[in-house]
Amino acid sequence: MTAVAERPAAATPADDKPAKPPKFKQKYNRREATAGFLFISPWIVGFLIFTLGAMIYSLVISFSNYQLATDTATPVGFANYERLFEEPKVFTALSNTLFFAVMAVPLEIIFALFLAMLLNRVGRGAGVFRTLFYLPKMTPSVATASVFLLLLNGNYGAINQGLAFIGIQGPQWLTDPNWVKPSIVIMTLWGVSGTMVIFLAALKNVPRDLYEVASLDGAGPVRQFFTITLPMISGSIFFNVLVLTIAALQVFDQAFLLFWRDQTSAAPESSLFYAVYLFQQAFRQFNFGFASAMAWLLFVIIAIITFFQFRYGNRFVYYEGDDK
Amino acid sequence: MKPGRSITSIVGKVALWVLLGLFSLAFLYPFAWLLSASLKPRGEVFDNRLIPNTLVPENYVQVFNELPLLSWMGNSLLIAVLAAGFVTISSSIVAFGFAYFKFPFRNQLFALVLATMMLPGAVTLIPTYLIWNNVGLVGTNIPLWGANLFGSAFYIFLQRQFFLGLPRELFEAARVDGASYWRMFWKIAAPLSIPSFIIVFIFEFQASWNNLQAPLIYLNFGSPENFTVPLGISYAMTVFSPTNGGHGDYQLVMVAALLVTLPMLILFAFGQRYFIEGIATQGRKG
Repeated sequence: MTAVAERPAAATPADDKPAKPPKFKQKYNRREATAGFLFISPWIVGFLIFTLGAMIYSLVISFSNYQLATDTATPVGFANYERLFEEPKVFTALSNTLFFAVMAVPLEIIFALFLAMLLNRVGRGAGVFRTLFYLPKMTPSVATASVFLLLLNGNYGAINQGLAFIGIQGPQWLTDPNWVKPSIVIMTLWGVSGTMVIFLAALKNVPRDLYEVASLDGAGPVRQFFTITLPMISGSIFFNVLVLTIAALQVFDQAFLLFWRDQTSAAPESSLFYAVYLFQQAFRQFNFGFASAMAWLLFVIIAIITFFQFRYGNRFVYYEGDDK
Repeated sequence: MKPGRSITSIVGKVALWVLLGLFSLAFLYPFAWLLSASLKPRGEVFDNRLIPNTLVPENYVQVFNELPLLSWMGNSLLIAVLAAGFVTISSSIVAFGFAYFKFPFRNQLFALVLATMMLPGAVTLIPTYLIWNNVGLVGTNIPLWGANLFGSAFYIFLQRQFFLGLPRELFEAARVDGASYWRMFWKIAAPLSIPSFIIVFIFEFQASWNNLQAPLIYLNFGSPENFTVPLGISYAMTVFSPTNGGHGDYQLVMVAALLVTLPMLILFAFGQRYFIEGIATQGRKG
């Protein structure tokens, strides 16, 4: 998504457009070009099967009533897509997911940036804390979920014990429909260190003399944060928002493990996330056609959100060398 | 001016360390809880004590009797090694192709590689399942690593960055000596890029070891012996949870959860530098 800028500047000038074959000979050494294609051929094969082929396959299935047992796809026109708008659970799952993303992404950004700024100030010893903060990222989601199932227990969980200690009556995190999404946010925040590391790298790249000049001019820490730090790391903020949003819209593991792993139990509907419902439709109900239509709806939503983030987010991003 | 400054800076320093200490506690607390709950007697796992009344280290033996944990770990290890090994080799071959050869449409194809990174997994989830189903491999562990033979966009990107950082003269000299392209890759580029191989390997190893959804789709039937660890624990969470009439040995789930985390922590202890570098690179290039 990023390195497009690194294209070598070897592009041909637009004005010389004579006969093509000689140009090809001049520009490419045949042996070298063949070797290049051979080297990238694994990717080409994989792309044709698992990306392009899969996407076409998915599109075909989404317009059909696919039967796994017979491997037959009977065309049904737009029926699966119409069902997206008719079935209330799709809307529930979608709004749950969007609501979760709106809650989780800003909190993750703020928390990760805050931690990164703390670490950036420590100097010596930062490595130890960085390692500690990074450990949750290494923990498999099943292990995280199985321990948070204890910690978030409304009656005797450690989190409510802690809240009671400061005089707050904690909620029933895992059963109160209003609190199931915040529960998943808490688990997500625990694993925020990947984002933190990216911020840390960005903070280290901010030239120190900018701060020195600013403090000579009498700018306090708050002003320095808003006029130097934020603009200088805006690129990594943009990147993290993009990546975290796409991830949040596809959250599966946490919601599945905390609420939906058991097919028989009744979980609060406010914990039904889009990826979980898609999974259920595809691999529990075997409605592959409908689930494929769901996947394309998610694709379109992610594409739209990403587009708007690029369109409106980019103008707040400072690129080195910009005269802005 | 000067004394005032140093007092604020001391206060700042103290506040900084207090905050870091608090956050460290918050990040470590679930681990402490995991350890503590794994040592608790049956029936006390849901109580609110961080320090158990009685320690039951026997849980660590019992878990192996109650759950086929060794098979799960063996399956997970095999799959993770195959997945990480294949993706490291294939991605670096492809990355070398993009880094060192001029061929028609190279830049367009590379843009396509990058574009596939943006594709949500949900779109290819179902057709990928059907592809594996059509060749009769659902229920085996091949779908969990097979596609890695063809490289993976993010790792191709990462490796290509690395190759572009190597001095071109090395390859030109080899070329003059008549080395084949394959030899250039295998004898010059590959040995020099061992650090980036390690990054890719441990990233993919971790992704594979932690993966829940794919095993859930491809292995979730037949005998539990074929499960991977995440799938097995997810299954044990349901069976052992006291709430839905399970037999209530949730402390054994905690033992299993701790045991799957350990290999990751060990891997991290060895590869920490590579992990953090890898992520930081990903961010910087973004």
